[in-house]
Amino acid sequence: MQPHSQEIRSTDRPIPSRSRSLLSTVDLSVPDIAALLQTASFLEKEDPLRRAHRLAKRRVALLFYESSTRTRTSFELAAKGLGADTTLVSALSSSIEKGESLKDTGLTLRALGAECIILRHPNSGAPYLLERVTELPVLNAGDGMHAHPSQALLDLRTILHRLRPKHANTGIDESTLAGITVLITGDILHSRVARSNAELLPRLGARVILCGPEALLPGWAAEMGPGIAVERNFAHAMRSSQVVMMLRIQKERLGGVELNLDEYIANYQLNAARLAENAPRALVMHPGPMIRGLEITSDVADGPQSAVEEQVRHGVAIRTALIARALDALPEGVPA
Amino acid sequence: MTPKASGIPGRIQERTLIRGGHLIDPANKIDGPRDLLIEGGRVAAVGERLDVNSQAAEIIDASGLIVAPGLVDIHVHLREPGQSYKETIASGTAAAVAGGFTSVAAMPNTVPVNDSAEITHWMQASERGAQARVYPIGAATIGSMGEALTNYEALRDAGAVAVSDDGKPILGDDTMRAVLRAATAAGLSVIQHAEDTRMTGGCSMNAGPLAFRLGLRGMPVEAEAGIVKRDIALLRELKSDRAHLHVAHLSTKKALDHVRAARKIGLHVTCEVTPHHFVLTEEAVGEYDTHAKMNPPLRTTGDRDAMIEGLLDGTIDCIATDHAPHAAHEKEQEFERAPNGITGLETSLGLSLSMLHRQHGMPLTQVLALLSARPAAILGLAAGTLAVGASADVVLFAPETEWRFRANESRSRSRNTPFDGWSLPGHVFLTMRGGEVVYREPSARQG
Repeated sequence: MQPHSQEIRSTDRPIPSRSRSLLSTVDLSVPDIAALLQTASFLEKEDPLRRAHRLAKRRVALLFYESSTRTRTSFELAAKGLGADTTLVSALSSSIEKGESLKDTGLTLRALGAECIILRHPNSGAPYLLERVTELPVLNAGDGMHAHPSQALLDLRTILHRLRPKHANTGIDESTLAGITVLITGDILHSRVARSNAELLPRLGARVILCGPEALLPGWAAEMGPGIAVERNFAHAMRSSQVVMMLRIQKERLGGVELNLDEYIANYQLNAARLAENAPRALVMHPGPMIRGLEITSDVADGPQSAVEEQVRHGVAIRTALIARALDALPEGVPA
Repeated sequence: MTPKASGIPGRIQERTLIRGGHLIDPANKIDGPRDLLIEGGRVAAVGERLDVNSQAAEIIDASGLIVAPGLVDIHVHLREPGQSYKETIASGTAAAVAGGFTSVAAMPNTVPVNDSAEITHWMQASERGAQARVYPIGAATIGSMGEALTNYEALRDAGAVAVSDDGKPILGDDTMRAVLRAATAAGLSVIQHAEDTRMTGGCSMNAGPLAFRLGLRGMPVEAEAGIVKRDIALLRELKSDRAHLHVAHLSTKKALDHVRAARKIGLHVTCEVTPHHFVLTEEAVGEYDTHAKMNPPLRTTGDRDAMIEGLLDGTIDCIATDHAPHAAHEKEQEFERAPNGITGLETSLGLSLSMLHRQHGMPLTQVLALLSARPAAILGLAAGTLAVGASADVVLFAPETEWRFRANESRSRSRNTPFDGWSLPGHVFLTMRGGEVVYREPSARQG
């Protein structure tokens, strides 16, 4: 019997595409992350006409079971910037509506020549299934409450550019973010962005504080990994943070959770007064979509500390690197 | 894959002598070298070196093998009527006998639900082609909807051995009170699937840090323990010595502690645990492996170890598989959408021997009691014994010989198992029901 070893589980075949997929930040070592950031910077600066030859006429499919503005558009622009042909399949205008399974949808896209599938899906873990059945590289564009790895990478790039500019393009290691505390506040329970950032950032030396009411942040969130703390007092947490990342309350995933919004706003909204009093120099981030007036006020979202639009721009660079890696088209001279 | 070796499966020998084996019959406290003589489908004699004229009997050489009562599984899903694409009574019981089981109790969550004497009869009809004895469990409420009670006397008279709404808990206090009272009057046990579904909506694994990390909603321990506690309180209210509550597939230390406490005050509460709950932990979910999705879910190491402790100290009365076949296309889905459950009949003996006997030193006779005499006693089945006069339901297996379980060679119609490719002890060589060979290992020798 093998309850304690993986030795002969015949179902555990190594998945050939794993080194080109990105399902979770867990799959990336620190050198992998450093290489991706360097690739992103290289391709961002490259002559657009040259860049557009890298994946000329190759096929990338975007398979979106949930709505998206930023992620979908930036993945699409990234693929097109590399010269790839893209096709978008969304749940409401495809045979998914007729009950076609994820497996069959994936096999269909493969049969149509897709060499990589970018998947957004409401069920945690769906990209693992898609990768297993299609054996294609899969880029996770957000799965349920589980992971949003490209978002965490673009958040990392944003933090580096603002707070560690010397490292932003040259290389990072386990201590690059030492001394930086990233406070993530809001609906942690339903947030794949929070999970991916909480997994990724501590591995580069950052401390992560998760903040929110019990209903949106169970105590055991701190047990996810090292370098993560749970703090209920927003103002208190802000005072020791260099980055304040706000999250939307995901009404579509609330289920039975009862939440008094007035109380939530009173305790956890990021507004100008609270920011000035507790974190006047902190970088303000938000993965979007923002609900202005709920978790964040307009003056803060549009204010000088806000990096919200920069995050979006970094998204294109990161996703360009991820697609180039997925299709084995990494530029020479940049470490793979 | 029917046995193709010598011998004619299905042919009833007038006299059969199983010779040279090590006989373990926990019900009769036998654990030693014994021959077993079978006549007319029943045990005729048990003794050291039985002298039988070899012309007058078929001889089965059991040297090096354990000879034990056919195993008993009081919790299986045979999917008939209604879902024969997952399993049939014939295929499920073919898997049973390949795993050494000669008696199985079939849960009523079929389509339609087995809530009537008609379906109970239908399941036992010879046309179903059962290889093992099938004991239907009747639904406790009509359609297992948790409201109106079924007719317990009619179910009992048709052959049902217990009532349960397995898969769905009986949530309402008043309903459960009525179920316990009516079952007691009819002399039937009540088997409860203990899950407070008000706490488990949308959940697909054990609650805790791992579920949080995987972004899956988790079923809390309290959802199981709370119902067990409530049921025990209701049983106590009844103040009847004949009332019997059996807790299905127990998975948490907290619920086990409630059972332990109930026993201490003399209540007739029994419980079972599945091999997967004493072998695996929630870590088996890995990268969203739907073969690690079941209800109750795989729990933490602490709970898993509590299951082993409960088996060792006798608080847990028996092992049951919760054999739950599902078609490949149903399991090859998003984790949260895939149905709960795994097959278990062919791996139960091997996993039990490996985990309990090898790793935790439980004597073989105790392992076999958990798999035969004790489950039979819980539901009052005429099984799990090799007493003279008993039906000759027998299993012969090699306790140490390792064999590799291959899901694609399973006799079940489904392949949903996390144990594919596992190497296990306890290779079954031959299974007999009523003196008839119903399974012979394809390469087995003939005496």
